[in-house]
Amino acid sequence: MDHKEMPCPTADTWGKSFSSGNELLKNISSDDTPLTSSQRPQQKWEDPSMLDYNTRIEPPFQDFKQRSETQSSLPCNPNNHNKVTDEEDVQMNGTIQTEKIQDWDPRAMLNNLNFLEQKIHQLQDLVHLIVGRRSQALGRPDELVAQQKQLITADLTSIIVQLISTAGSLLPSVKPLSGTTPTGQLGQLGGLFLPSTVGPNSGVQPQNNGGNKVSDQSNQMDITVNCGNEQNYNMEEHESKDDEDADEGENLPPGSYEILQLEKEEILAPHTHFCTICGKGFKRDANLRMHMRGHGDEYKTPAALAKPNKEATSEPMLIKRYSCPYAGCKRNKDHKKFQPLKTILCVKNHYKRTHCDKSYTCSRCNTKKFSVIADLKTHEKHCGKDKWLCSCGTTFSRKDKLFGHIALFQGHTPAIPLEETKGPTVPPDRGEGNEAINKVRSINFNFGSNAPNGNEVQNTADVKGNIEDPTGYFSPLNFDTWNFGGFHEFPRPPYEDSESSLSFLIPGSCNYTVPGSCNYTQKTGAESSSNNPE
Amino acid sequence: MKKAKQFQFQVQPLINNNNNNNNGLSFSYFDLLSEEIVFTILDLLTPNPLDKKSFSLVCKNFYFLESKHRRILKPLRSEYLPKVLPRYPHVTHMDLTLCPRVTDATLTNIASACNSNLVSIDLSMSKFFTGVGLLNLAVKCENLVELDLTNATELKDSAAAMVAEARNLERLWMRRCKMVTDMGVGCIAVGCRKLKLLSLKWCVRVGDLGVGLIAVKCKDIRSLDLSYLPISDKCLPSILNLQYLEDLALVGCLGIDDNSLAVLKNGCKSLKKLDMSSCEKITHIGLSSVFSCTICLEQVTLANGCSVNLDLADSLNKLSKLHSIKLDGCPVTCAGLGAIGDWCVSLKELSLSKCSGVTDEGLTYLFTKQKDLRILDITCCRKITDVSISHITSSCTDLSSLKMESCTLVPREAFILIGQRCHSLEELDLTENEIDDEGLKSISICSKLSSLKLGLCLNITDEGLAHIGMSCVGLKELDLYRCTGITDSGILAIAGGCPGLEMINIAYCKEITDNSLLLFSKCAQLNTIECRGCPHITSLGLAAIAAGCKQLTKLDIKKCYKIDDAGMIPLAHFSQNLKQINLSYSLVTDVGLLSLASISCLQTLTILHLKGLTPSGLAAALLACGGLTKVKLHASFKSLLPQAIFEHLEARGCLFLWREKEFQAELDSKCWKLQLEDTMQ
Repeated sequence: MDHKEMPCPTADTWGKSFSSGNELLKNISSDDTPLTSSQRPQQKWEDPSMLDYNTRIEPPFQDFKQRSETQSSLPCNPNNHNKVTDEEDVQMNGTIQTEKIQDWDPRAMLNNLNFLEQKIHQLQDLVHLIVGRRSQALGRPDELVAQQKQLITADLTSIIVQLISTAGSLLPSVKPLSGTTPTGQLGQLGGLFLPSTVGPNSGVQPQNNGGNKVSDQSNQMDITVNCGNEQNYNMEEHESKDDEDADEGENLPPGSYEILQLEKEEILAPHTHFCTICGKGFKRDANLRMHMRGHGDEYKTPAALAKPNKEATSEPMLIKRYSCPYAGCKRNKDHKKFQPLKTILCVKNHYKRTHCDKSYTCSRCNTKKFSVIADLKTHEKHCGKDKWLCSCGTTFSRKDKLFGHIALFQGHTPAIPLEETKGPTVPPDRGEGNEAINKVRSINFNFGSNAPNGNEVQNTADVKGNIEDPTGYFSPLNFDTWNFGGFHEFPRPPYEDSESSLSFLIPGSCNYTVPGSCNYTQKTGAESSSNNPE
Repeated sequence: MKKAKQFQFQVQPLINNNNNNNNGLSFSYFDLLSEEIVFTILDLLTPNPLDKKSFSLVCKNFYFLESKHRRILKPLRSEYLPKVLPRYPHVTHMDLTLCPRVTDATLTNIASACNSNLVSIDLSMSKFFTGVGLLNLAVKCENLVELDLTNATELKDSAAAMVAEARNLERLWMRRCKMVTDMGVGCIAVGCRKLKLLSLKWCVRVGDLGVGLIAVKCKDIRSLDLSYLPISDKCLPSILNLQYLEDLALVGCLGIDDNSLAVLKNGCKSLKKLDMSSCEKITHIGLSSVFSCTICLEQVTLANGCSVNLDLADSLNKLSKLHSIKLDGCPVTCAGLGAIGDWCVSLKELSLSKCSGVTDEGLTYLFTKQKDLRILDITCCRKITDVSISHITSSCTDLSSLKMESCTLVPREAFILIGQRCHSLEELDLTENEIDDEGLKSISICSKLSSLKLGLCLNITDEGLAHIGMSCVGLKELDLYRCTGITDSGILAIAGGCPGLEMINIAYCKEITDNSLLLFSKCAQLNTIECRGCPHITSLGLAAIAAGCKQLTKLDIKKCYKIDDAGMIPLAHFSQNLKQINLSYSLVTDVGLLSLASISCLQTLTILHLKGLTPSGLAAALLACGGLTKVKLHASFKSLLPQAIFEHLEARGCLFLWREKEFQAELDSKCWKLQLEDTMQ
């Protein structure tokens, strides 16, 4: 995984961390300790993030080392403490998850657990290593020991970060199933692991991202992790804000509309209606009612099957409008120019579209990503028909839309598909806009940089020549200088039947033998060849 | 140029002396001449490109000076460019109009040799290059300002995108780039922000979107040619919003109608020149809304458009700065002409050629008010008589150009008035008129006359022509097409009196003999000679022409039945500037054609009905003549020659036009005219 591909705003720090990482790698190789073997696979996972962490954590870790030599269980060391809680955390998560496996998508869960297991093993190995190190290191110079320490810590932290993120991914899936308990847990756990990551060094945040990104490839679940974390964060803020909102709501003139705000969990829950008997979830109330029929005859009465709201609407009701729970969003009721959402479906789609990761990628173009599955489906219906492409990577189904886009943005140009040579016009990379620009640019640039060498040109010329370069048959020079002898040296095939017709060119059969005219022609021929610059 | 040449010949012995006398000290008198002075001399060596060549061949020093001085390179063959380019490091303008085959490799060569020096390149006559070559130009020649891609019919959008890399481009011609679509033009719009001139004429795949984007992105545009594009009202408002637009051509834009023009609101204050010819769907209503928002127009062309009536004239009257209006081919009403006469503005130029409905009445009224006219075109206004001519000549005495071809009702006396009253005439077209020797005598008063067309004037004789020859010293163009009364004595006067003659047409003047050609050979500036159908002309006369007229570029000797190979050989030897020749019906054989083939800049060749021409001779000549771009041949040769030869020639950039016409016997001039009238009626 390349650090460039990460959609991370702090690219600079990444770069730095990467360079420092190189140094570290050198150290490793020079040391030639068994550590390298255990290090390799992790590097594959998340090189930059780990190293970043590594450099940042350096000072506290030395601290750690000193203390741990004396006594590691001292509660005054925050770092240490965090570490311990983290580990506990992870284990706890593990246990929780094993209990709940039957309720959730078992495959994803299994994947996650396997991953966790793997990581925990690695963690154990590392701890063993530290222990072993400590006994060995007695005779070694301090510097080396410190470096190795760094490496081990780096591994440790990275694994822990991965553990946390993966373990976290198991959480939101549990939520909707059993009412209040998961949220409580979530809050609790979040409370635990948030400080541990944010804790002493703020540089952890991007790492977390990186970790997510990594696991992104292994399991899709991870996106929800992110959301889960975020939600967790914002929850408390919002709870406090909700009070304010309520006040605001009271200030609204009566009779306008009622503002409802769903929580993120509710919005993101795949099902909103649950069977009170078996716990099965449904997207629509009607489906639940249909389902309820299976639980007994009492649910089969027309009254039970009727739409519950119908009767209630006979009374004049306040118009319901919805607010997005995301703070700062225009659809959030706290926003100065608040624009309410009309229905719950609007809320759901809005929240997913604007505040969630786009996890559904179009299988046809591998470029377009959506957070609402319906959007993906509508896109897939006419994917491939979007032939109007901008240099920024955006595709349009209509040419006028593309031109409107180009007229609006500076520097965007229509991207012309490289006909025939490159099948799909869209770069197969699922990059963001900027990346696509780079792509197009780089194509252009390659073009430019190659061509001056003449290679490109030569090639195309060759191709032309191969197809049919009749200029190759006859050298104009031969004729300019009236050297008809050369005529017979031309490639045979195109001329087989013309040979006889050109026989007059043999000097013997030539009509004009006037010496004067010959002189003329020879002279002019010579002139014409040197004549070219005019 | 003459002076410079003399100078060159004078100095040559000096150099020789120098070399003989003191070998050790290589002192040259030319060391006394500064580079600037030599460059100034070289600046004067422009008319004949071969002069510079001879200059550079004098000595090494001259060779280097000429290399250093040259800014414009017009190569004959693109294949020699790799060798030629290093010699001319300061070339800024590359004119490739003589190279029909220009490949990407050639362009790459040019790009890497000229680099940032290159300012302009003309590829309008070239084929076979693609976007790759253009990209090289665009990337390496960052100072490229002018690019002519006219006739690049194979060029696609991808190539246009490469052109867009030339960020400093200011003038771009893309006429007839038929494959380029909105996408390509869009790329250019975004890439070439500094464009000031853009011609998209006949880019038939470019529509509103591409043009609209040009208007949005290229704010500096001064001149825009959108003729024959399928554009509609969608892009017009943004075009007229261009702040600096001065010249707009919308010829044949059939998608524009009155309704689309009605929406125009914002005025374009900068627009000075507008051409809306052949827009069939536009009437005076639409034009009225155009003129109401382009009030600074100076020149308007509405050829082949709507009827010129009172309403149109009134809407044109809004344009207070208007001085030139062309209404060729429009139906004209008397009231319309009258209204134009009533305008407060005074017109300088008026063109009413082929307008039906132009009558004496209308013109009389028009010219009672309009007195400042300089250029007037009343070609084919067949209804007008001496009344109109009398009015025109009496009110517009400053007339410098008068074209009145085929005003057949104008009697011979009227032409006397022209000479008597319009002394400043420089250009006069009297083709197919009743003018006689008296008229010519009167016209000879116009001493500034430089172009005189008397084709099909059957009443004129040598006597009249002698007057012209005596007084019109500055005559450059003379057209005597089918003037059967003209003989060698008339030509004697012309050739003697008009040494600056550049174009002469004596086609079908049957009495003309070699003597005339011998006389013409004294006119060193002659570049175009048409002596089609002069049966008395032989190779002897042609040889004299070849030796005398070094500038000869166009020669038509069709149906000169006595011209044979003996005429071709001197032509091939001396006329190294010959670009176009028509040899049909002459006695020229393989040998003559083969010798012609050595003229390196020969481009257009018409060889129909040459009895002495064999397929093999033709093949050899075609192959030998490397610069050919257009060859007109009888269709019978198509099957007589192997296809590979044609393929080869087409790959070099040569186009074949096949004709199946039967061998035609010559008609008498009067008989010909009668026949013409028959076919017209």
